Amino acid sequence: LAGAKSAVPGAVTMDKVTDYKDASSYNNFYEFGTDKADPAKNAHTLKTTPWVVEVDGLVKKPAKYQLEDLIKLSAQEERIYRLRCVEGWSMVIPWVGYSLSHLIQKVEPLGNAKYVEFISQADPKTMPFVGSRVLDWPYVEALRMDEAMNPLTLLTFGMYGEVLPNQNGAPVRLVVPWKYGFKSGKSLVRIRFTDREPKTAWNKAAANEYGFYSNVNPDVDHPRWSQATERRIGEDGLFAKKRKTLMFNGYEAQVGQLYAGMDLKKNF
Amino acid sequence: MGAAKALLHPAAKPAVFLLALLPLVWLVYAAFTNNLGANPAEHLIRSLGDWTLRFLCLTLAITPLRVVTKTPALARFRRMLGLFTYFYVVLHLLGYAWFDMGLDLADIAKDIAKRPFILVGFAGFVLLTPLAATSFNRAIKAMGARRWQLLHKLVYAVAGLGILHFFWMRAGKNNFAEVAVYAAILAVLLGWRVVQFARLRSAGAPRASGQPPSRVRG
Repeated sequence: LAGAKSAVPGAVTMDKVTDYKDASSYNNFYEFGTDKADPAKNAHTLKTTPWVVEVDGLVKKPAKYQLEDLIKLSAQEERIYRLRCVEGWSMVIPWVGYSLSHLIQKVEPLGNAKYVEFISQADPKTMPFVGSRVLDWPYVEALRMDEAMNPLTLLTFGMYGEVLPNQNGAPVRLVVPWKYGFKSGKSLVRIRFTDREPKTAWNKAAANEYGFYSNVNPDVDHPRWSQATERRIGEDGLFAKKRKTLMFNGYEAQVGQLYAGMDLKKNF
Repeated sequence: MGAAKALLHPAAKPAVFLLALLPLVWLVYAAFTNNLGANPAEHLIRSLGDWTLRFLCLTLAITPLRVVTKTPALARFRRMLGLFTYFYVVLHLLGYAWFDMGLDLADIAKDIAKRPFILVGFAGFVLLTPLAATSFNRAIKAMGARRWQLLHKLVYAVAGLGILHFFWMRAGKNNFAEVAVYAAILAVLLGWRVVQFARLRSAGAPRASGQPPSRVRG
């Protein structure tokens, strides 16, 4: 799955790209287990064809997209994004996809649509940990409309020039580079427009630890650990100091204005 | 009994010593050959924590096993296993301080105060320190058996802190399967002592030290 170099400002970081092996063997995808080695071990059971994504809610043109049609909806671009996990580690991943805004424009949201909800596949037959009590299933994430419309918000079909591996959220996922990784839902089956702030998976599990916004912010600590620094996977040696985490994961120039006037400590 | 004989063999202690070093040897080897996965620092720190907990369980298992199986020779290994528990907890702490915190003492102090699970783990390490420091024979003599035994009862508190540390660390992912296994093992090992204590007490038997307190103090 090839993508042309993106012309969107901020879409191609100069940071060294993480090894494919690390990016595809160390991540969180709780539908396949809570250990970061679990998704690569267990996700082979996920069935990605046929795949339908339903887009509905407060839109003029709700639709059910076959994956093939969704891929062709707009030109594929390569975006090299930093990924910062809320746990304190980070990677740099070349994703392939297009700005979610292209899909949003297609379905024509109504005036009262304020939020977009992203619902992941939850099939206990192919996803062994769906049904575990860690989270409510299906996994639900959401963005405010202006966040969803930001050109950096990527509807993603591939990485490293290939179709997404199952463990990374095949066949279609979201990537929101200025937010902690869990905000980017994987294996999406439904995108719903709504007028109320949706209840998101981690927020439901621990509201005091995972806010709705969950923007990367070195000044707002997780209640149980500092968010000031991060370990870049595969790059910083064992004895190297961890690197400083950047405001909005380094995308402040592109997204800072979305939060003008907001108290980010309160709206964490 | 063959097993008891083997335990008394002159090579038994060195053999257990080498076995107890194997986890560290493996981790160092894996670190140098790039076999610790995508996040070697995290893997090292967590593995050293796992081994601390395992050695703590082994140490606490000695006395119940010795009594239940009537194998006095097991007592020879208790101190060594206890010291390996301390050895692995020191490495665990050092790994955290170095790999996670870059040996920045101010940051470490802040982190210990900020994160309850780090505080609890650190408290466990602190409580274990005087036990390791008084593990040699001269210390027992100098302190007197009774006071020494009293001090070493701290290991039960350490067990509690250790399992709480592990529980809290896993709480973020609501993933308690492994925690439950260790908690169950520790509950059996500590529960056996409670039952034993109650039994001896109701039987009017002398204290575990086997000596009247007045003599020990002298």
